[in-house]
This record gives sequence, C-alpha cells and structure tokens, in this order.
Amino acid sequence: MKFGVVIFPGSNCDHDTHHVLKSVLGQETVFLWHQDTDLQDVDTVILPGGFAYGDYLRCGAIAKFSPILESVRRHAQDGKLVVGICNGFQILQEAGLLPGVMLRNAGLRFVCRHVWLRTENNQTLFTNACQEGQVLKIPIAHNEGNFFISKQELAELQENQQIVFRYSDAQGDVIPEANPNGSIDSIAGVMNRQGNVMGMMPHPERASEALLNSEDGRFIFKSMINRVH
Amino acid sequence: MKAKVIVRLKDGVLDPQGQTIQRSLNKMGHEVTELRQGKYFEIEFNGMKDESAVRQRVEEIAADVLCNPIIETFEIEDIS
Repeated sequence: MKFGVVIFPGSNCDHDTHHVLKSVLGQETVFLWHQDTDLQDVDTVILPGGFAYGDYLRCGAIAKFSPILESVRRHAQDGKLVVGICNGFQILQEAGLLPGVMLRNAGLRFVCRHVWLRTENNQTLFTNACQEGQVLKIPIAHNEGNFFISKQELAELQENQQIVFRYSDAQGDVIPEANPNGSIDSIAGVMNRQGNVMGMMPHPERASEALLNSEDGRFIFKSMINRVH
Repeated sequence: MKAKVIVRLKDGVLDPQGQTIQRSLNKMGHEVTELRQGKYFEIEFNGMKDESAVRQRVEEIAADVLCNPIIETFEIEDIS
C-alpha cells in the first residue's frame, strides 16, 4: 500500500508518521507538499499532527484552503482512505470531511500523556486488525481535543457506528475520569458515514515501536494495510 | 472601507476560557454572573466604495473563514 503524508507549514508529526509507515511497517510512503495538488497515486492520505499555519484563527481553519486539500477531498469522494491524526483530524473537520469541531480542552491544559482507547467499532478500514472492544494504549498531545457536536448529529454518529474510539480506562470502561479533555461522549476518533475518512486525536505513530512504550498504534496502520492486501 | 466583525460562540457551546476569566474576576470580587469570550476582526478594503458590496463580501468572508458555523456565529458591527 502506498501512503502519502501531507506536510503543512507547522506540521510536526510528519516525519514520525513517515518513519513508522516506511521503516517500521515497510510500506511505500511519500511526503505530499501542501501547495501541490498531485497526490502521487497514493492509496491512503494521512494528515499528520502539528500546528498547521500556527493554528491561527482556529485549528485547521487556514489549512483547509491549501491546494492539496482539494485533491484530498476528491480522493475521499472517490472512496479512498484519508486519515487525520490530531491536527490532521481538526483540519478534516474544518474542511467538512469529518463531523464536529474541537474546542479547547475542558481543563484548559495542553495534555500530553498516554491514554487508553476502547475500540468502539472494529468493522472499519482503520480497526479491522483490532479485537472487538480492544483497548489500545496510545498517547495524546493536544490543547484543542474537546470533541463537540450537536445532540442530533451525535445521535447520528452513534446510530451509524461512526464512533471509532472512545477514551476509557485500562479495562475498557468509558468513565468520566478517563476522559482527558471533556470530549462529548468521550469521543477520541470518528469516521465519516461512508467509512473511508477517519480522524483521531491520539497519535498512533507515537505508539508503534516497543522503545516508545507501546506498539498499539500499529493495529491502526495494519488495519489499513490489510484492506489492500 | 473598513468592516468590523465580531465572532461569538453560540449559546450552549462550552467556553472554558470564558469560564476561567469569569472565575478569576469572581475571585477578585467582581460579581460577574456570565462571561463569554469571542473574536473581533477589522477588515479593510481598498477601492471598494459601495457599502452593500462590502457587506456582501464581508458576509462571505465571515461565513467561510472567520467562523465555524458549528459553534460560532458572526455579526457585522460596522462598515464605514
């Protein structure tokens, strides 16, 4: 599978993501520049974490007007895979490719630590390598990860099983104490209705090598690779 | 011409920053019962003289860029 990692001015998880895909998982991986429109025939586009355009105005608000985003939009419309991690998630929300919006964390702190995620739906292109309800240990690092959405749209997400991950404790119980940022319904990751665009606040690329304390992030990348091979 | 635009959070949307400012004010002895934080923009146009044209342009900019309609609304305060 060929992956493309988009670089915006201010992206800072681009090389980590590229490293995991190419060096750890042995996948063909290229960087995609935000000013370009050519996706270089990649199967999957990843919008990495960071602070695209300094998070000016709102997180992702400027990045959504990048030339590459038009190509990403078409890629998504064609049913191909698009993944947003952290800031990439925020960009996909601003671009209207994923539902909801990120508010500042309820505790007003930048939270950077490992959290537990319960896999809410393992019948997706992003989680098919996970067991049902599998609990993953993956770090978060964000200031605006407080997922917000209207009640009506939340009900739609629940009904359509678009919620991919929820913040939980180590046992997989979704309890308020395990919610690091105030996200509505403890949402950590969602996908679009069609199931080919997914966003998650936690960083799987920071949890794909034993040296980094967890390899659970690999389940997510492997799920996408499984899909093609 | 210059337009002034205010972007505010919709009612019911959590405003942790506003709440924190309010708590600080309360601690200082100010009897503030609610505080919501918003954003203010001044936008200048060269060569555009027609107020309704400017208004139309500003509405477009505010709706597309300055606010996220899921959580925010905008108001054009002044065009002069």
